[in-house]
Amino acid sequence: MTPNQKVFALTVCILVFVITVNMVRKRRLREEYSVLWLGISLVMFILVLKYDWLVMLTDLVGAALPTTTLFVGGIVFLILIAVQFSIKLSTFSDQLKNLAQDNALLRSDLEQLRTPNSEEHANDGNAEV
Amino acid sequence: MTDPVLVIIPAFNEATRIAEVVRSIKAATGNFDVLVVNDGSSDRTTRAAEKAGATVVSHPFNMGYGVAIQTGYKYALQHDYDYLVQIDGDGQHDPAYIPKLLEPVQKGEADFVVGSRFLGCDSYRPPLARRIGMVLFRTIVTRVVGQKISDCTSGYQAFNRRVMRFFASDLFPCDYPDADVLISLHLASLKVSEVPVKMYPNAEGKSMHSGFKPFYYVFKMLLSIFVTLVRDRRLYRGDDQ
Repeated sequence: MTPNQKVFALTVCILVFVITVNMVRKRRLREEYSVLWLGISLVMFILVLKYDWLVMLTDLVGAALPTTTLFVGGIVFLILIAVQFSIKLSTFSDQLKNLAQDNALLRSDLEQLRTPNSEEHANDGNAEV
Repeated sequence: MTDPVLVIIPAFNEATRIAEVVRSIKAATGNFDVLVVNDGSSDRTTRAAEKAGATVVSHPFNMGYGVAIQTGYKYALQHDYDYLVQIDGDGQHDPAYIPKLLEPVQKGEADFVVGSRFLGCDSYRPPLARRIGMVLFRTIVTRVVGQKISDCTSGYQAFNRRVMRFFASDLFPCDYPDADVLISLHLASLKVSEVPVKMYPNAEGKSMHSGFKPFYYVFKMLLSIFVTLVRDRRLYRGDDQ
């Protein structure tokens, strides 16, 4: 790794780390979403400083160049982030569905209670779900 | 009231036909309560259904057929209905068959009854591509369940409180609930049966399965059946307690 590559890689790692911590500090990013970003910037930082470890890892994965290992690591990281977001989106979709259903049911009960001739069934709503 | 029955109709922009469907259900069943689940319609579905004598629950925005019917199940549970009949709001299902659909459930012979258009009631024939899909899923369901189910995609159904409770849980696949539902009912040890019903073609030719949706439907259904089968069976059995 040339000194220029090293400086560039270290700068990127430090920038990602500082920006992430700053966003958590300003409450623009939740801690749970910052873990992967902080983790990858630390790992990259260590691998750039400990060049021998990076070479060992490169041999282990069968890559031609240490820089390739770093790029592959970056892509794997982005895939992990995408998977994390997909899981979160699925959770949010379920929660949103349940909330919207509850909202619709409560609104219907409220309207029936407001109607003077509401049917007897409207009165015994509640529980079980 | 003994054995109260609720008829649910999921509806999305059905203002032109919903009133007629509600009235024909009332005429066919006498005193059954009718609930229209308005799935975020932008037309006057709510007003038309209410005028025809139905109770309406309205979603704040459109969430799809599966979510709409699940809202109906939750409503039925909350309001202590013993039996539920599900019927489409586009007039494809003939309400005259509701008593026949309910009979096995009320007698305790089945927990869940599907109205089948293929058991000799002279129903319309779906397009070829749809029929191929139906045969594929019918074969899979029949193999897995060990019981012949001729119409896996029918939305004309009747069931009891045990099934309502099962469907109100997070195990219910809200994204196109069809063949996978029948398999999950089997895994939950709930009795399924079929009765012949008459179905008509959609008057406006409108379908949930248009554009690329059939391809997504087949992929989603195969995936859903696979994950249902590999999931821990205790999830299905324990849900009933």
